[in-house]
Amino acid sequence: MSSSTDWPLWEVFVRSRRGLSHTHAGSLHAPDAEMALRNARDLYTRRSEGISIWVVPSTQITASSPDEKDSFFEPAGDKPYRHPTFYEIPDGVKHL
Amino acid sequence: MSAALALGDDALVLSHRLGEWAGHAPVLEEDVALANIALDLLGQARVLLSLVGDEDELAYLREERAFRNLQLVEQPNGDFAHTIARQLYFSVYQHLLYERLAAGGGEFADLAAKAVKEVAYHRDHAEQWVLRLGDGTDESHRRMQAGLEALWRFTGEMFQPVEGLDDTGSGLDRQELERTWLAAVTGTVERATLTLPTGPRSGAWAAGAGRQGLHTEPFGRMLAEMQHLHRSHPGASW
Repeated sequence: MSSSTDWPLWEVFVRSRRGLSHTHAGSLHAPDAEMALRNARDLYTRRSEGISIWVVPSTQITASSPDEKDSFFEPAGDKPYRHPTFYEIPDGVKHL
Repeated sequence: MSAALALGDDALVLSHRLGEWAGHAPVLEEDVALANIALDLLGQARVLLSLVGDEDELAYLREERAFRNLQLVEQPNGDFAHTIARQLYFSVYQHLLYERLAAGGGEFADLAAKAVKEVAYHRDHAEQWVLRLGDGTDESHRRMQAGLEALWRFTGEMFQPVEGLDDTGSGLDRQELERTWLAAVTGTVERATLTLPTGPRSGAWAAGAGRQGLHTEPFGRMLAEMQHLHRSHPGASW
């Protein structure tokens, strides 16, 4: 029986066939990247054709700290010119 | 239709063996992988057996002597390495066979073309694991080698002619198939730092026995378990 120390954790990002970007789908354990890809295919894609999978060792991901939330994420709400939300989007513009 | 029966029984029996792993594989991810392969094979079996007759009757109401599967696929799972050795031998064979059937344009060309993508994945899965177990720890190397040795004597049967498969314009060349299989298996085994078994490729039974309905002892018990419910409630629908 393997333990999670033998089988590191991997994060899985999947781009669906018509999707534009890779989306975090979940995580899994695998002995190496090749097996992580195969396991991700079985677990998260059900083998739809034409998709892309990224696997990343969880240890390679650096997350922002919840403690830094204020300075990191809170925008200056009283400066609306910093939020380009006033534009009308013409019909026919895709992928926006 | 004996060829459809032979190919269908191979897939059905191996699918059942892999199904026995459910919930017992070394890790969750592998549990899912083995179940996926089992489901692929069951799907292939259903198509093939439906060509012959009623798939449920064929699966659940035939006696052991009426099954035409290879003796290789009926062998018990053993440990994980033993199962992987069985997968390597069979899935390389099945992949090469289905590639040729798909290209040959015979009566099995369409279904082989559909199944060959699945089987390519089964082969890749088996090869990946042979490499990891063979080139892993001393213990995994020993077990992988033991699995290859234990099943070696069942590999000759795969290259015996199958009535209705080799002689219906499929253009199948069994000798070429065997050479290609041997080269592929040898390559994987050597990359995995393992040694290709040297024993005979058929056991005390004549090669081709499974195709004639002659099976090894564990197969009867497998069938008893597989068929029990259907035989207890004949005619039930589910």
